[in-house]
Amino acid sequence: MKVTVDQDKCISSGQCVLAVPDVFDQREEDGIVVLLNPSPPTGLAEDVKQAAARCPARAITVED
Amino acid sequence: MTNTSMAAAGPAAADVLDYPMPRTVGCPFDPPPVLRELQAEAPITRVRLWDGSTPWLITRYDDQRALLAGPRISSDITHPHFPNTSPGFNERRRQARTFISMDDPEHARLRRMVTASFAIKRVEALRQAIQKIVDALIDDLLAGPKPADLVKAFALPVPSLVICELLGVPYADHGFFQANSKVLIKRDTPLDEALAAQQRLLGYLDRLVGDKLASPGDDLLSQVAGRVKTGDLSRHDAAAMGQLLLVAGHETTANMIALGTLTLLQHPRQLAILREADDPKVIAGAVEELLRYLTIVHNGRRRVALEDIEIGGQVIRAGDGVILANDIGNRDPAAFGDPDRLDIGRDARRHVTFGFGVHQCLGQNLARVELQVVYGTLYRRIPTLRLAADLGQVPFKHDGLVYGVYELPVTW
Repeated sequence: MKVTVDQDKCISSGQCVLAVPDVFDQREEDGIVVLLNPSPPTGLAEDVKQAAARCPARAITVED
Repeated sequence: MTNTSMAAAGPAAADVLDYPMPRTVGCPFDPPPVLRELQAEAPITRVRLWDGSTPWLITRYDDQRALLAGPRISSDITHPHFPNTSPGFNERRRQARTFISMDDPEHARLRRMVTASFAIKRVEALRQAIQKIVDALIDDLLAGPKPADLVKAFALPVPSLVICELLGVPYADHGFFQANSKVLIKRDTPLDEALAAQQRLLGYLDRLVGDKLASPGDDLLSQVAGRVKTGDLSRHDAAAMGQLLLVAGHETTANMIALGTLTLLQHPRQLAILREADDPKVIAGAVEELLRYLTIVHNGRRRVALEDIEIGGQVIRAGDGVILANDIGNRDPAAFGDPDRLDIGRDARRHVTFGFGVHQCLGQNLARVELQVVYGTLYRRIPTLRLAADLGQVPFKHDGLVYGVYELPVTW
């Protein structure tokens, strides 16, 4: 699984952090997404997909 | 898509329904039933507003998300066809315009000035302070007379104290800002009264911004004032942003506290599960389900089409008004099984109560923490809490921009 994020699209909603805090974080200065792990383990695959689906700005892309 | 008479109706047709519709008497927690019929038979249809305009009403969850996610619809309140909620609404918002009434890139530039304070870690850091506020207010409630009005004694003070602390607004002024907010959030307040209330609030926030410019503190309004100093924000826009954060920061959550409590009191089995839960995830899940079930933003999210949009067998033309009825979207059986049942055990996290797309609620995570603390504390501290009136006597905010109750008489 390969994850990418688009910081220009991100609106700092934090929904990804709520879904998978091991994979996503937010920048201190404006809450914009920070990708902690672009290749999360299979065990987190479902949560990462949920994070992408719930992102209001469609800023998360997941490739299998 | 079936082409029913309603779906085919043009703006002049006699069967165009007025929006918003009334709820059914005796069903105060459910959206108007006609919305369910539209969702099934004419999910993208024109409705008529108070001013005679006929924007499109979008009732299905998937259509709402698809539209809100993209740049095809605009939040620009200065657009002449922007669907107007009430005689005073658009004009009032134009006079105190903030990022919620703008499109990118200006929307993003302004919103990013305040997003840091609402990041997950920042609002989590407030949890203990919120817990103390909630505990103290429950102490006062228990020490006071009963029956009591839960709105006045608890639901309004909790988020008001929290947003005052976060913004750096003196809570001692809560009588002033709550009274003026109350004027603004009634749908049918005449334009002159709404503008006067807004002017009082803007004047108040302008003075506070001035104070923060002179002696900045460790609060959000001081940060906003700092942007005035650097020339990134006009003083008027700073006051307007402060007003938005103050009003939105206390009114909405207050309604979820009081209306959520009333809902749980009417669903005693669900309340018992919540009260006895040890796992914070159960409480967090209940918050999401109540947000979905109640969807207090009940007049639809409003936009205007920037281009021709083909969706659901209809064509929305550039310049047409668009209203996303998220209350019925959250009751769409295609998105949530048995959608009219309150079930705090379901996974409701994908609800559209906070909207979707770039305008999704800035304060959503703060609201979540506040509601988790409230729902996780109030019913344990007062296990015998009950309604001190008939449900039929409770004054609901049918005329509110945001739904809720004006008063909630409770005893224990």
